[in-house]
Amino acid sequence: MMNYLLSLTIWTPIVFGLITLVVFPKNDCMARYVSLLGSVIALIFSVVMFHYFDPHQAAMQFEEVAPWIPSFNINYHLGVDGISMPFVLLNNFITVLVILAGFKVIKHKVALYNAMFLMMTGFISGSFCALDAILFYVFFEAMLIPMYLIIGVWGSTNRVYAAVKFFLYTLVGSLLMLVGLIYLFFKSNGSFEILSYYNLPLAIGPQILLFIAFFLSFAVKVPMWPLHTWLPDAHPEAPTGGSMVLAAITLKIGGYGFLRFILPIVPDASRHLAGLMVVLSLIAIVYIGLVALVQKDMKKLVAYSSISHMGFVTLGCFLFANGTLNVWAVEGAITQMISHGFVSAAMFFCIGVMYDRVHSRNISDYGGVVNKMPVFAAFFMLFAMANSGLPGTSGFVGEFMVILGAVQTSFIAAFFAGFTLILGAGYTLWMYKRVVFGNVTNSHVAEMDDVSSREFIILAILAIAVIVMGVYPNLFVAKMHTSVEVLIKQVAYSKL
Amino acid sequence: MTYPNLFPVLPELFMAFMIVVILLVDAFSIKKSIVTGLTLLTLVGCFVLQLHVDTGTTQVTFNNMFILDNLATGTKLVTYLLSFVVVIYIRRYLVDKKLHVGEFFAIFLFAILGMMVMISAYNMLVLYVGLELLSLALYGLIALQRDSVKATESAMKFFILGALASGILLYGISFIYGATGGHLQLDQVLRAMTIDGNNINPLLLFGLVFVVAGLVFKLGLVPFHMWIPDVYEGSPLAVGTVIGSLTKIAAVVFIIRFLIGGLVLAAQEWSMMLLFLAILSLFFGNIIAIAQTNVKRMLGYSTVSHMGFVALGFVTLSIEGLTSTLFYVVTYSFTALAGFGILTLLSKDGFECETLEDLKGLSKSHPVYAFFMMLVMFSMAGIPPLVGFYAKFKILAALISIGYIGVAIFAVIMSLIGAFYYIRVVKFMYFDEPTKEVAVADACFVTRTLLAVNVLALLVIGILPTSVVIYCQHLVN
Repeated sequence: MMNYLLSLTIWTPIVFGLITLVVFPKNDCMARYVSLLGSVIALIFSVVMFHYFDPHQAAMQFEEVAPWIPSFNINYHLGVDGISMPFVLLNNFITVLVILAGFKVIKHKVALYNAMFLMMTGFISGSFCALDAILFYVFFEAMLIPMYLIIGVWGSTNRVYAAVKFFLYTLVGSLLMLVGLIYLFFKSNGSFEILSYYNLPLAIGPQILLFIAFFLSFAVKVPMWPLHTWLPDAHPEAPTGGSMVLAAITLKIGGYGFLRFILPIVPDASRHLAGLMVVLSLIAIVYIGLVALVQKDMKKLVAYSSISHMGFVTLGCFLFANGTLNVWAVEGAITQMISHGFVSAAMFFCIGVMYDRVHSRNISDYGGVVNKMPVFAAFFMLFAMANSGLPGTSGFVGEFMVILGAVQTSFIAAFFAGFTLILGAGYTLWMYKRVVFGNVTNSHVAEMDDVSSREFIILAILAIAVIVMGVYPNLFVAKMHTSVEVLIKQVAYSKL
Repeated sequence: MTYPNLFPVLPELFMAFMIVVILLVDAFSIKKSIVTGLTLLTLVGCFVLQLHVDTGTTQVTFNNMFILDNLATGTKLVTYLLSFVVVIYIRRYLVDKKLHVGEFFAIFLFAILGMMVMISAYNMLVLYVGLELLSLALYGLIALQRDSVKATESAMKFFILGALASGILLYGISFIYGATGGHLQLDQVLRAMTIDGNNINPLLLFGLVFVVAGLVFKLGLVPFHMWIPDVYEGSPLAVGTVIGSLTKIAAVVFIIRFLIGGLVLAAQEWSMMLLFLAILSLFFGNIIAIAQTNVKRMLGYSTVSHMGFVALGFVTLSIEGLTSTLFYVVTYSFTALAGFGILTLLSKDGFECETLEDLKGLSKSHPVYAFFMMLVMFSMAGIPPLVGFYAKFKILAALISIGYIGVAIFAVIMSLIGAFYYIRVVKFMYFDEPTKEVAVADACFVTRTLLAVNVLALLVIGILPTSVVIYCQHLVN
């Protein structure tokens, strides 16, 4: 089994999704439980992978290679290192919660809903594990189909606009990346192995063009300012589960792409353009943080806060000092992604819990929720604190590491990045205050009842994850350390 | 007097014979299902005979005018297979619409016979004869719906433009005939040009322009695409299925024979023309398709853009590029077949499922058809893991391998624009509520199974394309 662990992790949810879709199209109850079973099995596989992962080994682990399309030398090549492994785990973890979150709430086309989430999990795991560029691309693009349907079918009023915008934005970048990959294929004398591109000499001109192609693809996913505009449209319109997956996992593929493709394949271009990237990241952190302050819609607010937090990821990836990346910053970026996975999923779930009761996302429609839902308010408080980066929660670790790295390379960058601690606290806690505290303002809130046991379980699991990650981040950081060192050596070496 | 070797043309002879039989049977029998059965039997018979006459070597007959090589055998087999599926998809529609089943299938078989002649022609005039046989049969098929103004109009448009294009082609051929010193045989034209050396006769170039114009008219590249949307929209869905999927393969083989087989020494010249036309087609096909509300018309413009991709494969002038082209056109035919097939199956009781409005809420009323249609649309948009992605990928790879990176980026951006109108169809099917009652399509078991196989093939070939690619490569070699 160990030899096929990654394949099992990828294909279990996809197969279960197909079973759900084909066998139980009408039987909602069975569809729910079968998909839950599928996601739990996939989670177990990824936990096994996490457990047996050797943190001291720099090479790819659990590798699988099989020829796929020999005429283009495309292989079914899977493998994980310390950078990709945590994401696979995160992905399967969140999916279990997402399936649970949709249990009572989703009432029409249940089988399709669950099947789409399961298939998407499989595709996402596939993109994290793929070591063949075309295999990566296929998984990366295939993700669009379920996400398009999830936003479009189960979203709220403006869902169609959001779904189409999401689809086209993501497709723009990835198609250019495809051209870049084919170019690399011919440059490397016929190889689509991602790892073989790492040592491929490239002149600075092509490097810059490849950088742009990859950048457009991944920066849209992250999303970086100014390519972020699809996210605030997609999030409010997506169902709770969709938002959770979108924020917690799909954004991370963008960050992962920076680490797996851009930095090691075009290191010189990355060094050249690092200044620009840092500026874009700081704009995301500060400007988008300010934008988040004025949002009236809770989901939009969290969506903007996601963009702002992801600014730390891109900032951490491009903090060069004397042509070398900063270890703290890179590890901080990865930690920030994982932490944001937990926190944003939790935030969107909390909003979903309230939305299911009141059917409004407007902050002004709430007030005094704590009087009716004390347990929920406690959990929400924890996640709000994590979102604003309180020490002891996971939100603090990543941001702190990145700022630490930034201080070592550029004080100005660190100074502006530090704004997030104020802004994050500002928009999150102010929203929390308006929604939760005070007197009960209207009849809708008065009718709210506290969390059900299903919701309690989800909140508790996420709370544990947030605290564990905040108190003992070494659980993940130790696993990624060797791979990050290798990456930094790789990037330090010039390809010219 | 010596008789020509009839062995390589046995399938075509069998088909001609069966057409006569079908016409006779139709005249004397009341049951229309007999005719359908006979048509299917004819196609199966032709398929089997085609396998039988394939010796693995190239055979020529009729004074080298007729050639049966790997390319011909392979594409003929695919065409028979496609036609078989077409007949299954449209048979109920024909009865429902009271299109004369007997005549329809007789003319339909004539069209296929025309394609077979085109595929196997080794002489410019025979090519022309095949083309005319196909075209005239298609004019007839469209006009068969006598009471429909739209159908009559589009048949008329198609006829006038088609006749003009044929005239242009013939005019071009006459120049080549003169420039090469009186040759119509493709291999002799090639030899005459080789003797001429590097200098290409201006007269021949002049002819080439006309020939290319005539050829791309059949593919529907911009600016010779005007007939496509009107014909797609005006003709009944059954005929749309034939034109939209079947005729493309024959047209591509036709171009391979003509341009690669006969005029390969002028490749520099015609590839530039095709590149230009392909870029225009990608641009206009995709942009104009956005504005369409009629699915048939939209598919028409989408065909234009797809044929732009096909033409880009020719531009590369490599075995790799030609393989990609053939792969593209074969897989596109199957994709379009499934798309038109679904529309045909949804049209019932005089209702024609043709506008985007008609597809509204299809996922509610027909979840399975909606799912299939979604796969077809994503395949056309080129989203992996469906086959449309791999087809586009191959063309892009062939383009980049010869350094046409700019063209590749352009093609990519255009297919991005194309993705918009494909996903809009999905939007109508999945995101919108049905506005009116769509008649329940009660396709029989065979049809449904075939449709499922057809759509699943798009997925399976998309994931495991190797065997089909190797087959296409074998055909091109």
